[in-house]
Amino acid sequence: MSSEPHHDAPAQGPDLAGPDTGMAPGTIPTSGHAPGHDEHIHPAPRNPLFRYIFSTDHKVIGIQFLFSGLIFFVVGGLLALAIRWQLAWPWSDLPHLSALWDSSAGQMPPEFYNKLVTMHGTIMIFFVIIPILLGAFGNFLIPLMIGARDMAFPTLNMLSYWFMWPAFVLIVFSFFVPGGASEAGWTGYPPLSTAEWSTPGSLNGQTIWLMALLFAGISSMMGSINYITTVLMLRAPGMTLFRLPMTVWGLFITALLQAFALPVLTSALVMQLLDRVAGTNFFSPTGLSVANGPEEVGGGHPLLWQHLFWFYSHPAVYIMILPAMGIVSDVISTFSRKPLFGYKPMVFAIGAIALLGFIVWGHHMFQSGMNPALGATFMLSTMMIALPSAIKTFNWLGTMWGGSIHFTAAMLNAVAFVAMFVIGGLSGIFMAATPTDIHIHDTYFIVAHIHYVLFGGSSFGIFAALYYWFPKMFGRMMNETLGKIHFALSFVFFNGTFFPMHIVGMHAQPRRYADYTGFELFNNEAVIGLNQLMTVCAIGLGLSQLILVSNFVASLVAGRKAGANPWRANTLEWQTGSPPPHYNFERIPTVYHPAYEYSLPEAESDYLPQTEPRPPRAEPLDHIMA
Amino acid sequence: MWDFPLFPQSASTHAPKVDAVYIGLMIVSAAFTLSFAFFVLYFAVKYRRGSRADRSGIQDSNPIAEAVYITVPTLLGIGLFVWGALVYFELVSPPGDAVDIYVIGKQWMWKAQHPEGSKEINELHVPVGQPVRLVMTSQDVIHSFYIPAFRVKQDVLPGRYTTLWFQPTKVGRYRLFCAEYCGAEHSRMGGWVTVMEPSEYEEWLEGSSEQTGMAVAGEALFRQYHCSGCHGGNSTVKAPPLEGVFGGPVPLLNDPADPNSGVRIIQADERYLRDSILRPKDEVVAGYEPLMPSFEGQIPEEDMLKLVAYIKSIGRGRTTRPTTDRGMQDGEGAPSNITEIMGMGTGNGGDAR
Ligand code: HEM
Ligand SMILES: [Cu+2]
Repeated sequence: MSSEPHHDAPAQGPDLAGPDTGMAPGTIPTSGHAPGHDEHIHPAPRNPLFRYIFSTDHKVIGIQFLFSGLIFFVVGGLLALAIRWQLAWPWSDLPHLSALWDSSAGQMPPEFYNKLVTMHGTIMIFFVIIPILLGAFGNFLIPLMIGARDMAFPTLNMLSYWFMWPAFVLIVFSFFVPGGASEAGWTGYPPLSTAEWSTPGSLNGQTIWLMALLFAGISSMMGSINYITTVLMLRAPGMTLFRLPMTVWGLFITALLQAFALPVLTSALVMQLLDRVAGTNFFSPTGLSVANGPEEVGGGHPLLWQHLFWFYSHPAVYIMILPAMGIVSDVISTFSRKPLFGYKPMVFAIGAIALLGFIVWGHHMFQSGMNPALGATFMLSTMMIALPSAIKTFNWLGTMWGGSIHFTAAMLNAVAFVAMFVIGGLSGIFMAATPTDIHIHDTYFIVAHIHYVLFGGSSFGIFAALYYWFPKMFGRMMNETLGKIHFALSFVFFNGTFFPMHIVGMHAQPRRYADYTGFELFNNEAVIGLNQLMTVCAIGLGLSQLILVSNFVASLVAGRKAGANPWRANTLEWQTGSPPPHYNFERIPTVYHPAYEYSLPEAESDYLPQTEPRPPRAEPLDHIMA
Repeated sequence: MWDFPLFPQSASTHAPKVDAVYIGLMIVSAAFTLSFAFFVLYFAVKYRRGSRADRSGIQDSNPIAEAVYITVPTLLGIGLFVWGALVYFELVSPPGDAVDIYVIGKQWMWKAQHPEGSKEINELHVPVGQPVRLVMTSQDVIHSFYIPAFRVKQDVLPGRYTTLWFQPTKVGRYRLFCAEYCGAEHSRMGGWVTVMEPSEYEEWLEGSSEQTGMAVAGEALFRQYHCSGCHGGNSTVKAPPLEGVFGGPVPLLNDPADPNSGVRIIQADERYLRDSILRPKDEVVAGYEPLMPSFEGQIPEEDMLKLVAYIKSIGRGRTTRPTTDRGMQDGEGAPSNITEIMGMGTGNGGDAR
């Protein structure tokens, strides 16, 4: 890209940026101002209903997403603990909860276990990780980090939050309909999901599940459009694409990924809905009859769903990690007081992951009976997608190299992200290699992989983001000591919960089994013992989160007041108040250089906000980067 | 510590090859993870804030380092791909002399049929040293046929055939699982693969027609009492088929005499089967006429047990589930209904060998 190094002290804003001004095409640059509607600052609405609830302010919407997501985090976590309880002590009464199922003398019926597995996965993916990473941090950070007053479409933004509400209500409501919540797994494979009598959850629960996901999808789509437009159109003067912080890059590419992948999921959901309620046969083979139900006319194919579902859901796993990768890059650089190692390769790596992410979905279907030539192709593309992931981990390491590392709670979580992602990425290779995948597919090995990337990765990324931006969001600091204790306990219990899953998985313990102890292969001290260890750690992991919750709540009301820039960071959001005013920036800032100019030899302090020009004589830190 | 094998038993020609790939990947992963962990910790200590480490000459980007860490993993990746693909193609290319056995999955059992005619449920007998190809399909939802000791797994779909092949190398009994989540009793959908010396296998093929399990006897009675006349596959009378009834939900008319009285749903258990045979007019399945005659006084209890056993064997597993008793000896677990009732297999006890 093209912006030149700036050797001289700057004078006026825009022309400093070099040819790529970051201006929206077609807008006339006015000195020192972003294009768009910044000239007239809208005051915050006075009516609290519009100020805090039906707000179009991206910061309020982001915080709304954050709280909803965290609440569902608790729900999903409790479901997970119930699953682990059954796995450690099969068929024993769950304390205080046995009243939920009045049958079977207090034992959890397998149908209930299957509901737990289904709803845990669904909630964590569609109601926790995606809304928190994209909805909460995406909304809160994008305008602030690019120097805009709000999103490009504030009303659409508000709608994207309120479209989540039907989804929230439906998914909770589905537990209470006759037959109960869906039982088809978060992957919802037909015919199990479409045949009415296949499971109790298929009577009504699955229909509601489909509708909930449709609403969540519409919400995500609105968000994506907004993020893409905002990043392309509303960057402050001087904020060229290659001066964007990695967080924005992560969110931007994720939004693109989502905009291209979601329509496929949406159509698949609609097709399944029609199969269930309108008698169509997209996914039913000719003459299919499940559980003595009437024969279907058929003519469709169950594999069609798998292709459509994974065509979205493989990119979706990257939707759940790319924003966290961006966040972690910024956190590590800030607390190492060092520029991000290899900024441009990092950007290209994210882009490569996103592109490759569209051609690897078949790795979820190696056993479904695909042509081996196709299987080998998917195997190759999957191995290739591990490469940009590897590059990113080397770059994070390079950022720490020679830094002056400050281990705050945010930094600890970010480093944990990197380490856990390494393990999760490497276990991905075991499954990318078809011969080994044939053995470990649908065993606990997969469950281990999922959690190393989604808990060890995305969730530690969320923790890092929370500790890092909490002062910006609420104007107060979180307690660092509690933060470190929370981190240490989470880290230990996380590994205690999920590492043994690799072992029992390799030993063939299948996933989604309400009771594995019926088979002597698993009914021995070793496998049961490991499962009990995992459950104990899971309970510990759950309890450790209470520290986070109490720290969060206590800091919200009584935390030490944070200044505008408590971490002495370079990016734009730190160059305005904490919390930022309704209009974000008093004057739209002008950006003079990339976000990572830490510890410049010429500069007095060890950081240089993007709004401040480089000192004279300063060589660009890195000729590749500048 | 525990006697804990990382790998399940290894009993097919595939197993050592798959395990080799696994071990190769383990080595690569361990090398990466450990060196990575080493550097993170080393940097964390050396470059912690306030340390007096030498920080001169540190770069923010280094083309040579980048070239190295892009090429090395790429080459490794390609190498692993080639190795993996070679093994993969072997795993999916059955040799020409493989014998075909047909397998049907349904909620929640595996049925196998040998070309010589022997049928089995939740059991599969195969000769050692002989490549075997399974041609599989499903009667309802998707299942997945998984024998850990052979390192093979293949989804089984309705409306389509999929195949799987293996060549057993060791005589013994190995567990068979359903790996694709298939509904309430998914975790009960298992069975045994018995690998036999070829001569024994021949004997078994001949003898297996004389099986006398309860359920097999019940199947004969099912025809003898003319149940199959109405409930059988080709009957012209409209009676509900009985496959999958046991253990599943059954919609019953609220008022057996009035087809418009609305529906309640019950779980089909042994009581329901028995009452339906003896007092069929009391509980009428929604959508069917109350045509069935009562068999009160016509079926001796012994026969009744066998009939019920048969209907259960084609049903959906248990309705009441005994608590697993951790105190059980010999690694025995909760019994699986199907194998128990069928008198097949040895429940879950015993050694896999
Ligand atoms: C180095 C990168 C990665 C590779 C090579 C990889 C590979 C794979 C493969 C081959 C599978 C299918 C396994 C099977 O079902 O047999 C899989 C499953 C999965 N992966 Fe990854 N993966 C990678 C990164 C990620 C990331 C970053 C995430 C999420 C943040 C993720 C989330 C998942 C999930 C949720 C599943 C399980 C889906 C299910 O069956 O429920 N993976 N991965
Ligand atoms: Cu994937």
